[in-house]
Amino acid sequence: MIRSENLGPNQQAWRRFRRNRPAAAAAMLLGFVVLVVLLWPLFSQPGLAPRLPAALTHPPDAISDAQFLPPGPAHWFGTDVHGRDLLSRVCHGARISLLVGLVGAAVSLIIGVLWGATAGYCGGRWDSVMMRFVDVLYAMPSIIFVIVLITSLNAFLGKMEAAGLSAGGAQWLQFAGLFAGLGAVSWLTMARIVRGQVLTLRHQAFVDASRVLGASHARILLRHILPNVYGVILVYLTLTIPSIILYESFLSYLGLGIQPPQASLGSLIASGAEQINSVRIYWWLIVYPGATLALTLLALNFVGDGLRDAWDLRSGKRA
Amino acid sequence: MYFLKRILFMGPLLVLISFLAFVMVRVAPGGPFDRERKPASPEIERNLRAKYHLDEPVLRQYLRYVDGIVHGDFGASLKYRNRSVADIIAQGLPVSLSLGAMAFCFAMGTGIPLGFFTAVHKGAWGDYLGSFMALFVICIPGLVIGPVLIMLFAIHWRWFPVALWGSPWHAILPTLTLGLYFTGRVARLMHEGMLATLPSEFITTARAKGLGEMAVLIRHAFPIAILPVVSYSGPMLADLLTGSFVVENLFQIPGLGVFMVNSSLNRDYTLVAGLVLLYAALLLVLNLAVDFLFSALDPRVRYD
Repeated sequence: MIRSENLGPNQQAWRRFRRNRPAAAAAMLLGFVVLVVLLWPLFSQPGLAPRLPAALTHPPDAISDAQFLPPGPAHWFGTDVHGRDLLSRVCHGARISLLVGLVGAAVSLIIGVLWGATAGYCGGRWDSVMMRFVDVLYAMPSIIFVIVLITSLNAFLGKMEAAGLSAGGAQWLQFAGLFAGLGAVSWLTMARIVRGQVLTLRHQAFVDASRVLGASHARILLRHILPNVYGVILVYLTLTIPSIILYESFLSYLGLGIQPPQASLGSLIASGAEQINSVRIYWWLIVYPGATLALTLLALNFVGDGLRDAWDLRSGKRA
Repeated sequence: MYFLKRILFMGPLLVLISFLAFVMVRVAPGGPFDRERKPASPEIERNLRAKYHLDEPVLRQYLRYVDGIVHGDFGASLKYRNRSVADIIAQGLPVSLSLGAMAFCFAMGTGIPLGFFTAVHKGAWGDYLGSFMALFVICIPGLVIGPVLIMLFAIHWRWFPVALWGSPWHAILPTLTLGLYFTGRVARLMHEGMLATLPSEFITTARAKGLGEMAVLIRHAFPIAILPVVSYSGPMLADLLTGSFVVENLFQIPGLGVFMVNSSLNRDYTLVAGLVLLYAALLLVLNLAVDFLFSALDPRVRYD
């Protein structure tokens, strides 16, 4: 490849990313979702509300008599069991779901890569000890961990509230507990995958070469081995964000995730699933939050794939 | 030698895991009788706790539990009090096993060809369509697929039963709900593995020797490219076989997933410990099999 300009590798990667049409489109879609979700509370402000269509200005937790209205001009996404506007609840829920996914994935990424790379690179006894520890945690169903963690935290918060902690503070603590719990149970697979990759790489000729040339362990790991694993880490991270968002939706289904009146996309879908009966089909309660969830996760994944292709050090050049 | 050591370590590992699970649930606040009607008098409550030895120190309880297991007794459930843990597992496991095995076969049978196909045809429209499908099913949780399938195929068109477990017809919607997500993940790992393998030198060598393209792809590239899938299949199978709460709950299937969740919500120590042991034993055996397969498929991997 001829480089006529003096661009750094990262600038070149960003340039490649922007040329990747599907990824760029997904990034714009994601940006649009984030923008709508962030700006949503502004729509119901008194200064702005009269100038917008009435369907955009319903507050998310205003209960009304209009239960189970199908989608229509007044309520674009219909209404739920309490007559609340589904569109505003979906926007509200998407914001929480995105927050949960990002923070949880960041937690799991940091722990998983550090752990897996160290184990794979050190090899031998260290590898055994570190991966047996992962095995032990792995071998416990994570759901039991999370349930015990979150129910204990809720009991603790209940006591704190009785002792005079404000409701807002308790809510933030609960969020923090949810992030920590989700991140702490989802780093194991990342560690295993990174370790497996490092294990196959550490006996390859270019690693031996730099070791012979006197490179330090940290340098070999960070400069020579990890760059070869970036693709896998990135792809796996794009799988981690959705899986954390999904995990949260599962917890919401159990009633342990985001607590009402707050809502996440998962808790909206879960409450829609409760309304399934063989007489009337309230499809909008599942389809709209579900489609928003799927769309958001699809966009996240496409962006991740685009980033992978842009930074990928393997494609074409290594062979 | 390495694998012999792994097998020998399995026993202590299981003891450690059961200990951690037991202590974790036991130390966490809340007890198995919290959600029940308050006993008539403190004496009754004390007797109830004494009957299940909850008044003893945790370590003593754990030793008593291990002693029971050595004698083949996994204890009585503290919540479902007329049933033993062994009973509950004996009833739920066959159901979860068959549902999980079907979902596993479905995910592998669709995911591997999809990933292989999309990687071989990289850049063609088939790749875009296939990769999009793989992504799409990852992005839709069972919590959405399940209700949508029920609403369409069971309520609207009445092709399949809405719920329950019995005939093969009952199994189709739950298998799809459980398996589709894993199809996507397997396909992506397979795709990734193929793309990483195809530029390798041994592939160039195989082509240079004049092998046909199909032989190169299937005999030389495939065994290496499938490694990420193999690595993922151990935990995936363990997850699938011990049941899924969402699918079992949606379709009213009497599997183990529901007990897994309820036992930890109820702080039903013996049931939690029994289920954790089951899951752990399954997972350890499967992971061992995966690592064994790994070294058999890729001669570059050395465990030493």
